Amino acid sequence: MSAAAALPSPTPAGWLRRYARRPGAVIALVVLVMLVAAAGLAPWIAPQNPYDLAALDIMDNMLAPGQELGTGRIAWLGTDDQGRDMLSAILYGLRISLGVAIASVAAASAIGATLGVVAAYAGGFVEALIMRVVDLQLSFPAILVALVLLAVFGRGIDKVVIALVVVQWAYYARTVRGSALVESRREYIQAARCLALPRGRIVFRHLLPNCLGPLIVVATVQIAHAIALEATLSFLGVGVPVTEPSLGLLIAHGYNYLLSGKYWISVFPGVALVIAIVAINLAGDRLREVLNPRGAR
Amino acid sequence: MSAAAIRPLVEVRDLRRVFDVSKPWLNRVIEREPKQFLTAVSDISLDIARGETFALVGESGSGKSTVARMVVGLLPPSAGSVRIDGIDMQGRASEAERQKLRRRIQMIFQDPYASLNPRWRVDRIVAEPIQAFGLLDGKAAIRARVGELLTFVGLHPDDGRKYPHQFSGGQRQRIAIARALASDSEFIVCDEPTSALDVSVQAQILNLMRDLQDRLGLTFLFISHNLAVVRHMATRIGVMYLGRIVEVAESKALFAAPRHPYTRMLLDAVPDLAHIGRRREPVRGEIPNPINPPTGCHFNPRCPHANDRCRSELPLLLDGVACHAVHEGRI
Repeated sequence: MSAAAALPSPTPAGWLRRYARRPGAVIALVVLVMLVAAAGLAPWIAPQNPYDLAALDIMDNMLAPGQELGTGRIAWLGTDDQGRDMLSAILYGLRISLGVAIASVAAASAIGATLGVVAAYAGGFVEALIMRVVDLQLSFPAILVALVLLAVFGRGIDKVVIALVVVQWAYYARTVRGSALVESRREYIQAARCLALPRGRIVFRHLLPNCLGPLIVVATVQIAHAIALEATLSFLGVGVPVTEPSLGLLIAHGYNYLLSGKYWISVFPGVALVIAIVAINLAGDRLREVLNPRGAR
Repeated sequence: MSAAAIRPLVEVRDLRRVFDVSKPWLNRVIEREPKQFLTAVSDISLDIARGETFALVGESGSGKSTVARMVVGLLPPSAGSVRIDGIDMQGRASEAERQKLRRRIQMIFQDPYASLNPRWRVDRIVAEPIQAFGLLDGKAAIRARVGELLTFVGLHPDDGRKYPHQFSGGQRQRIAIARALASDSEFIVCDEPTSALDVSVQAQILNLMRDLQDRLGLTFLFISHNLAVVRHMATRIGVMYLGRIVEVAESKALFAAPRHPYTRMLLDAVPDLAHIGRRREPVRGEIPNPINPPTGCHFNPRCPHANDRCRSELPLLLDGVACHAVHEGRI
């Protein structure tokens, strides 16, 4: 009947049921949960600590997948030129990649959502100022801005996170402003204004929580972007430091040996990266369908 | 009982609201167009006595909702004043005084599907005015008051644990009424409170509002386009046309003997047993564009009695009606 009646029920169980109607998306979610768990538990489940030089044996270098290490353990994904177990390196690399992506998305969405909702509610000059900065930001290619920033800041995980926040906040600002413009015309906001509540309370207690649906969707997709962007930066050698290799840096590292037949050093981190990005995108797409009442199927 | 008892609770004087509907600056410069203004409300004056229901009726676009929003203070007027209990809403009254006043004025909105925050539980929605104005201290006291308010509007205190989407439109409107009452308000502005509801539920909500009015001595400003609803609710009625009040009268008098041609046209369009046998005048034409209103009386293009004076001179609201033909005794 009305638009409100067509909205999905906001209970988590209802969302999960709707989400589960697409088997591919369920598989993606399961894969994603496993990847996050593997990354989070890397120090406990990895066969080897790849940062611990004492645990490495140079005699184990360049072992092909399935060969036996000096300790008698089998290196299922092979070893690199330092004798590092690739499976362990990938688990730790995934940890860095996901960590950087999640941190940058969390910070960027907080900043972007705040600016977007303030722009929508304030209107006028404030809105024009914020949104023109957003336009300016989005008119530059993300990779270019990130490269310039890292060229200035230097390498480091914190600096990569800052660079990713700078190139991503504008997406959130634009998304949240759009939904906040719609929501702020609705009558519950007017009712709140009738109570003479402070503006901050109206914006952050009433308006913002009702604009989070689209934000969650954008954030999911942006995590995949952030992982890819961080991998690109690290591959180009301006991202994370060599002492804390992410997947991108592992790929860059193995790239040197790719033509000499030592494919595993580069290809397996690449496969892990692709699986992570595809799983996040599939889950994010389904999330968009579930949260968008018009896409309800 | 002195002047305070006689003095109306709400005094609206020469209220006017102009909206800037110009194109963006760049388009105006390129297309060489002047700024455009829409006069949504002009020179509205009305008094609402304590305990009465004043209804504003009119077609869509007549400015009745704009008046409502200015009276509650959601929209600043371009000119004129709204005084409530003698305190000017825009004037020099101290902030504390105005804050006290805002507590006493609440609004009930048209769409109960949009007027409740979908992410808040009902008890939090109803408790918000109590907390915003600091009326009660302590969680238990507030919870008890919320339960009392929900019972008051015909819901169960346990309904407070639910979310708005778990209720029907009529129940949601009851929640909105409970919220409006939560700040111990005296004056409630109702902007088409039943037009989004099923006809069977409309009567329940209207009866609830009348019941609450009797018990709590509330004063209503009631906005509606539905004459049947207005007849049921109103003590006095103001008929609006294109931002102006064209006729004000006691409810009974207005329905018994409408004077302004526009009021007659509206009433003739309502099917009514009492009017059987009278020639029915269909509502002709549409409300003109308020950016470019007709000269003279705004109603003249649709009026069967219009003459040259009507087309050139704006009639004033005299003796409760703004019509040259009535003033001249032609009709």
